[in-house]
Amino acid sequence: MRHIISILMENESGALSRVAGLFSARGYNIESLTVAPTEDPSLSRMTLVTSGTEEVIEQITKQLNKLVDVVKLMDLTEGPHIEREMMLIKVRAVDAGRDELKRLADIFRGHIIDVTDTSYTIELTGTGEKLDGFIQALDKKTILEVVRSGVSGIARGEKSLKVG
Amino acid sequence: MNGVASVELTGADILVRALKDEGVEYVFGYPGGAVLHIYDALYKQEDVQHILVRHEQGAAHAADGYARSTGRPGVVLVTSGPGATNAVTGIATAYMDSIPLVVITGQVPTHAIGSDAFQEVDSVGITRPCVKHNFLVKDVKDLATTIKKAFFIATTGRPGPVVVDVPKDVTAQKTEYSYPKRVSIRSYKPVTEGHPGQIKKAVDLLLSARRPMIYSGGGVILGEASKSLTEFTRLLGAPITNTLMGLGAYPATDPQFVGMLGMHGTYEANMAMHECDVLLAIGARFDDRVVGKVELFSPGSKKIHVDVDPSSISKSVRVDVPIVGAVEPVLKEIIRLIKESGQKPGKAALAEWWKQIAQWRAKNCLRYDRNSKLIKPQYVIEQLYEQTRGDAFVTSDVGQHQMWAAQFYKFDKPRRWINSGGLGTMGFGLPAAMGVQLAHPKATVACVTGEASIMMCIQELSTCKQYGLPVKIVNLNNRYMGMVRQWQEFFYKGRYSHSYMEALPDFVKLAESFGHVGMRIEKPGDVQPAMKEALKMKDRLVFMDFITDQTENVYPMIEAGKGHHEMHLSPERELA
Ligand SMILES: Cc1cc2nc3c(=O)[nH]c(=O)nc-3n(C[C@H](O)[C@H](O)[C@H](O)COP(=O)(O)OP(=O)(O)OC[C@H]3O[C@@H](n4cnc5c(N)ncnc54)[C@H](O)[C@@H]3O)c2cc1C
Ligand SMILES: Cc1ncc(C[n+]2csc(CCOP(=O)(O)OP(=O)(O)O)c2C)c(N)n1
Ligand SMILES: [Mg+2]
Repeated sequence: MRHIISILMENESGALSRVAGLFSARGYNIESLTVAPTEDPSLSRMTLVTSGTEEVIEQITKQLNKLVDVVKLMDLTEGPHIEREMMLIKVRAVDAGRDELKRLADIFRGHIIDVTDTSYTIELTGTGEKLDGFIQALDKKTILEVVRSGVSGIARGEKSLKVG
Repeated sequence: MNGVASVELTGADILVRALKDEGVEYVFGYPGGAVLHIYDALYKQEDVQHILVRHEQGAAHAADGYARSTGRPGVVLVTSGPGATNAVTGIATAYMDSIPLVVITGQVPTHAIGSDAFQEVDSVGITRPCVKHNFLVKDVKDLATTIKKAFFIATTGRPGPVVVDVPKDVTAQKTEYSYPKRVSIRSYKPVTEGHPGQIKKAVDLLLSARRPMIYSGGGVILGEASKSLTEFTRLLGAPITNTLMGLGAYPATDPQFVGMLGMHGTYEANMAMHECDVLLAIGARFDDRVVGKVELFSPGSKKIHVDVDPSSISKSVRVDVPIVGAVEPVLKEIIRLIKESGQKPGKAALAEWWKQIAQWRAKNCLRYDRNSKLIKPQYVIEQLYEQTRGDAFVTSDVGQHQMWAAQFYKFDKPRRWINSGGLGTMGFGLPAAMGVQLAHPKATVACVTGEASIMMCIQELSTCKQYGLPVKIVNLNNRYMGMVRQWQEFFYKGRYSHSYMEALPDFVKLAESFGHVGMRIEKPGDVQPAMKEALKMKDRLVFMDFITDQTENVYPMIEAGKGHHEMHLSPERELA
C-alpha cells in the first residue's frame, strides 16, 4: 500500500542523505521525497511517499525514527489527511491548440504562468491523481517538459506534527 | 569577559581535554597529516594514553575489544583518507554487534573539503551506513559539545559506533574550553522502562507456559543484566539458550543452560526452541543464523520479545508480546511481578519438559573422536578451558575455530567471550585481544584463531611487543579456510576452490621475529603440556600453532534456510 510519511528532522547538512541512504541500503522504495525548512529554521520537514506491505512500512517508520536526526514522524495515511503536489508543465501551443489548452488548464484549475509564441507553461496543484489526469488529458506529442514537486501532506483537523 | 581570565585552547587541546574529562584511559590510533595537531596535543599530556597500532583496522578492533570487555566506550583516532578507510571494517564490525565506539577521524581543512584535496575522503559519507551517528565539526566552538554528544549517543540506548570527523584547521583554531556535564538531544531519547501492560502480559504468558524457553542475546551483556537474567531464569525454572553474542550472560555450567542455539547450536537448544510453547527472546535480534527458515521457526510458541531498539522487534519473526525497553529494568519488573504473584509454571508440565530436554541432551551432540591420532580442535579448546579454569578472556577470529571456541569454552561470566558475530570479520581476534589485555592487565587473554584469519591483522604482533601485551594465541592450524572448506564439502561436492592455505609462514619463526615466543604442537599428547607451559609465561606473548585435523567439521549444523529440527549431527549420525 501507498503511505505518506511526514518527518520533522534537524536541519543539518547530511540529514537528507541519511534518509535517502537508509532507503537505498535497505531496499525500500521511494516514490517521492520533498524537503524544506519549517517556520523554525532549525527544523526541516520532509514528506516521503513510499509503498510496501504493513511489515515493511512498520520497519520503515522504525528505522526512520532510529535516525538520530529525526525528531518526530507521522504516517499521514493512518488518518484523514490532505496531500498536494505542484506541477509545472510546458506544452507546445500553436494555432487552435492555444485555446484548447487554455480551456483544459481552466478545467483543472491550472494557471498559465509563461507564454511564448509556441508554448505555454502551466502551473497545476492537486493530488498526484489529478496531475496524472491532466497529463493524460493532453496530447502526448505536445508535452515539452514536466516538473513535479513530489507530494506534500498534512493531517486534517487538530492533529499536527510539531515539536514541543 | 567580565574580568575572569579565560584560557583559550586549540581544537587539538580541547579534543584531548574532552577525552580526559570523559574518563578515557586509552586511545587506539595511528598518526597522519590531518591529525598532527592532535598528536602534538597528546604528546604534551599524560592523562590519556595513546596506543600505537600497526594498521587502523587494528585500532578499531582494539578499541572494540576494550569496549566489549569493560562496557566502557572504545576510542579511536585516525588520520583522514586512508586512515579513515582502513578503520571502516572495524567500525562496521562494532556497528553490527552494537558496540560503543567513538572514532575521531582527521579531515582536510574546511576550506579544502570537496576539492579532492590530498588524503581527502568523505568520511561522513563512507561511514554513514555503518555508524549509529556521525558528525563533521566545522567550528571549533562546537567541538567539545560534539565529543560529549558522541559519547552520549555511542553508549546509550542500543549502543554503537559514532564517528567525529575533525578538519585540520578546526584543531588549530582556539576557543574557550568547557566540557558539558551532560547533553540532551531533542531528537534522541532512548527508552528504558518497558510498558507495564505489556510486561504484565508477558508474565501471565510465562506463568501459564507448559514448555517455556528463554532465548537471550548480546543485549543482556550490553545492558549489564546478567545477574537479573540469572535470577529470573532460576525463578522460572525454564531452560535457557544464548546466542553467539550472548554467551556468558547466563552461566554455561548451570544445569538450566542448554548451550548455544542456531546454525551451530546444540541439538537440545534448537529442539527446545522448536518445541516450546512460550518463548521469551531478550536482547536478541532473531538473526538469520539463529532463526533459519522463518516459516519453520518455533512454530508452536507464543513469543515475547524484549529489546531496546523497536526496529529489532518483529523484523523477521512476528512476535505476540513486544516490549520496547532495556533488559535490566524490564527483567527487574518481571521478577517483581512473578514474586508478587506467588505463582510458578505448573510443576508437572515443567518436569515433563525437562525430561524431554534430558533426552535431547543424551544425544551428546558435541561428541567428537577422542582417540584420533591427530589433534582435534575441540580438544584444544577443552584444554584451554580447563587450564584457564574457565576464567580467561577469549577473543576469536572467524571460522570453524570460532564455533569450536563458542561450543567448548564454557563462559560463566559476561564480557569474557569477545568475537565478531554480526559482520564476521576475520582479523578481529588479535587486535581485539590487545584492547582486552590493556583493560585487564592481570587477566589471561587468549585469542583463538585460524591460520587464515590471523594473517589478516598479523602486523599487530608488533603492537603487542611495544606495549608488552602477553596475549596467548591459540592458532587452530588446519591449513584450510576451514569454514569455507566445510561448505564446499557439503554444498559444492568437495570442489575446494581457493580455500586451501598454501605457502603458510612458519608461525614459530614469525612470532620470534616479532620478539615473542612461538610453539608448534603436532601431537595430541603435547597439547596439554604445551598449553601449561605457555600459560605459565605470564608476561610473554605466546603463539601456539596447533597443527590440527584438517578434515574436522563443525557440528551440529543447520543448513541456511532449514528449520531447527533439521540439524545435521555428524557424518555418522546424519539428520536427527
Ligand atoms: C561463522 C559464524 C557462525 C555463526 N553461527 C551462529 C550460531 O550458530 N548461533 C548464533 O546464535 N549466532 C551465530 N552467529 C552470529 C550471528 O551472525 C549473529 O551475530 C548473532 O546471532 C546475533 O546475536 P544476538 O541476537 O544476541 O544479537 P546482537 O547482535 O548481540 O544484538 C543485540 C540485540 O539486543 C538489543 N539490545 C542492546 N542493548 C540492549 C539493552 N540494554 N536492553 C535491551 N535490548 C538491548 C539490540 O537492540 C539488539 O537487537 C555466527 C556468526 C558467524 C560469523
Ligand atoms: C574479512 C573476511 N573475509 C572473508 C571471510 C569469509 N570467511 C569466513 S570463515 C573463513 C575462513 C577462515 O579460515 P581460518 O581463519 O583458517 O579458520 P578455520 O575456519 O579454518 O578455523 C572465510 C574466508 C570473512 N569472514 N572475513
Ligand atoms: Mg584454518
